[in-house]
Amino acid sequence: MWNRIFALMVKEFLALLKDRKGRLVLVVPPLVQLMVFGYAATFDLKNVPYAVYSEDRGYVSRDLLAAFNGSSNFTLIAHPGDEREIAPLVDSRKVLMVMRIGPNFSSDLSSGRASTIQIIVDGRNSNTAMLVVNYAATIVQKFNREWAARHDAAIPVHIETRSWFNPNLESRWFFIPGIVGLLTLLVTILVTALSVAREREQGTFDQLLVTPMSPLEILMGKALPGFLIGILEATLITLAAVFWFEVPLLGSILTLYTGVFLFLLSAVGVGLMISSIAVTQQQGLLGAFFFMVPAIILSGFATPIRNMPTIVQDLTLLNPMRYFLVVLRGVFLQGTPFHLLIPQLWPLAAIGIASLAIAGWLFRNRMY
Amino acid sequence: MSMRLNGLIRKEFLQIMRDPSSIAIAFLMPLVLLLLFGYGVSLDSEHIPLGVVVEAPSADSSNFAAAFPESRYFHIVHFQDTHQAVESMMAGRVNAIVVLKQDFPKRSRQPDGAPVQLILNGVDENTARIISGYVDGALQKWLEHDAAMRGDQLHSPIRMAQRVWFNGELRSRNFLVPGLIAVIMTLIGALLTALVMAREWERGTMEALLVTPISMNEVILGKLIPYFILGMGGLALSVAMALWLFEVPLRGSLWVLFAASALFLIAALGMGLLISSVAKSQFVAGQVAIIGTFLPAFILSGFIFDINSMPGFVQAITHVIAARYYVAILQTLFLVGDEWSVILPNAAALVLLAAIFLGITWKKTRKRLG
Repeated sequence: MWNRIFALMVKEFLALLKDRKGRLVLVVPPLVQLMVFGYAATFDLKNVPYAVYSEDRGYVSRDLLAAFNGSSNFTLIAHPGDEREIAPLVDSRKVLMVMRIGPNFSSDLSSGRASTIQIIVDGRNSNTAMLVVNYAATIVQKFNREWAARHDAAIPVHIETRSWFNPNLESRWFFIPGIVGLLTLLVTILVTALSVAREREQGTFDQLLVTPMSPLEILMGKALPGFLIGILEATLITLAAVFWFEVPLLGSILTLYTGVFLFLLSAVGVGLMISSIAVTQQQGLLGAFFFMVPAIILSGFATPIRNMPTIVQDLTLLNPMRYFLVVLRGVFLQGTPFHLLIPQLWPLAAIGIASLAIAGWLFRNRMY
Repeated sequence: MSMRLNGLIRKEFLQIMRDPSSIAIAFLMPLVLLLLFGYGVSLDSEHIPLGVVVEAPSADSSNFAAAFPESRYFHIVHFQDTHQAVESMMAGRVNAIVVLKQDFPKRSRQPDGAPVQLILNGVDENTARIISGYVDGALQKWLEHDAAMRGDQLHSPIRMAQRVWFNGELRSRNFLVPGLIAVIMTLIGALLTALVMAREWERGTMEALLVTPISMNEVILGKLIPYFILGMGGLALSVAMALWLFEVPLRGSLWVLFAASALFLIAALGMGLLISSVAKSQFVAGQVAIIGTFLPAFILSGFIFDINSMPGFVQAITHVIAARYYVAILQTLFLVGDEWSVILPNAAALVLLAAIFLGITWKKTRKRLG
């Protein structure tokens, strides 16, 4: 039995690797994606283009502007001299933010009164808008603190902020472990989902059926290559994450691979489920898509599961990616020990076994 | 020529009808994706669990702890000691902890003031930043209140008033849904066409086509027209859902929206044709279509992540992503209006990209004839 499975595995690998394009597709795009997305997927804002409309000539407003200029988050690109120039700057997306300083700003402050500055933000992307407001508020608050210190105002309370696991709050550290999961899923599903459909379309599946191989053997011969490729893919991307992007890998490798192994059970299972239903490769691809997009979107990859409506949150309990991401981020950044990840690992195992069982059943029933 | 073209288009439509997966791509996919994103994805953080530890309860500390009330944005969890709170953060039950140490009451009377510790779980840095901003804001408010009570010096001389244009209540759905339409149209365009050319090569029917008097232009047009019609149908469905189901305002005009979408769809279909005529096998074409179109449209288009903040070489890559221009047009059309200073340059870029993709496809296919 193992001989036959092994022979089929060799054949699968040959079919995947026989032409140069097929080989390249397995290695190059995932790495290119890791590079591009590793640098692009970030909520850190840099060089936010902004304009200042100031009617005040006093020294305080100059100090405040210097504080904004000194920040790498903002780049001053316009200095409108007229109020009517503000709207066109924002509308045409030349600036994301306009700061308005009124005529009495410095004199108000010098005589001990509070003064207000206005911040106008382009809300087309509401998330970016909120971040811009936060950055501006941070600069203003720091300015206020220094002002209070210079003017001998006793401050009864101050905040000492420390962020654990990601001291500089780098967005990249959050996203790259997620990308390890995303690309592992992508490659594994594509390899397995199209494997049977391709044989069906080329008519070679019938030939496979007249061999002495049992359905279970064919299933295993199809599943194991996907599994091996998934493990290699995960290893490749983990290495790039650690050595290229220098994301810390604090936890144990064994815990990480337990997660990868259990996750691949589900990925291969779902891929084979799609494969046994699809008649053409186009259908297989479509099936892969209909699984992958929700699996990624509802996993907490980019937006927290907490923000979703309750029904959708319950639905995510069926999504293997959800658990895998917690394992990945935990092992990479927090060094979470194995026993704290068991609540994530057992659902992964359960979903994996269930999906492989369903794939096996579908295989037997859809084969002839 | 038109008769031959008609024949090809009819053949393509028959194939579409026979394998319903093309129809599913054009109509079922927008439906599923929009529902998923519209209801499932939200960047509006609410009910963030925040732990508060008061080590030595006193009048001063409870006065200060009251500065963090339960709100729509924060769910406050009180802890007796720091150890408990840290364990809870490790397990992911709270995202941050505010600690008022034992000596808080004593030190708050001293000149340099009492420190309040804020421990953030930095893994999800976006949430961490939101919390940090919120805690800072709450502190400022408390300080002002406290200073006013004691008739003290001003602590925060500058106040910031913010006005967010185009999306006053910062509803993330208002920018996610238009951006999503761009992602969906990319998918429709690339998936629909990526496989069809490769399929003809793989099945050997392309050679059969080549010996007929049909020219390569006709083959390309014969592929483009049916899928263009299908794609525009998918667009109409998406726009209808955006307006009536998700109640995103459309402040620009509908005809500009459809004209820009037609341009974009031609570019996306061209990209798909290019992929499939280069790949020649459905497996490779399918892989490249997903990896080369969906993910860039999602991550590199400015749909969620700000392009200006990306490093230079990534910004350079975004220039060949058609979705980038389409996202800019869509977000402006929906939320701002017919703002030509945004629409015209981006539309011009779309025309250029479409011409490049179709031109290369045309050249590639012709070469194989020779």
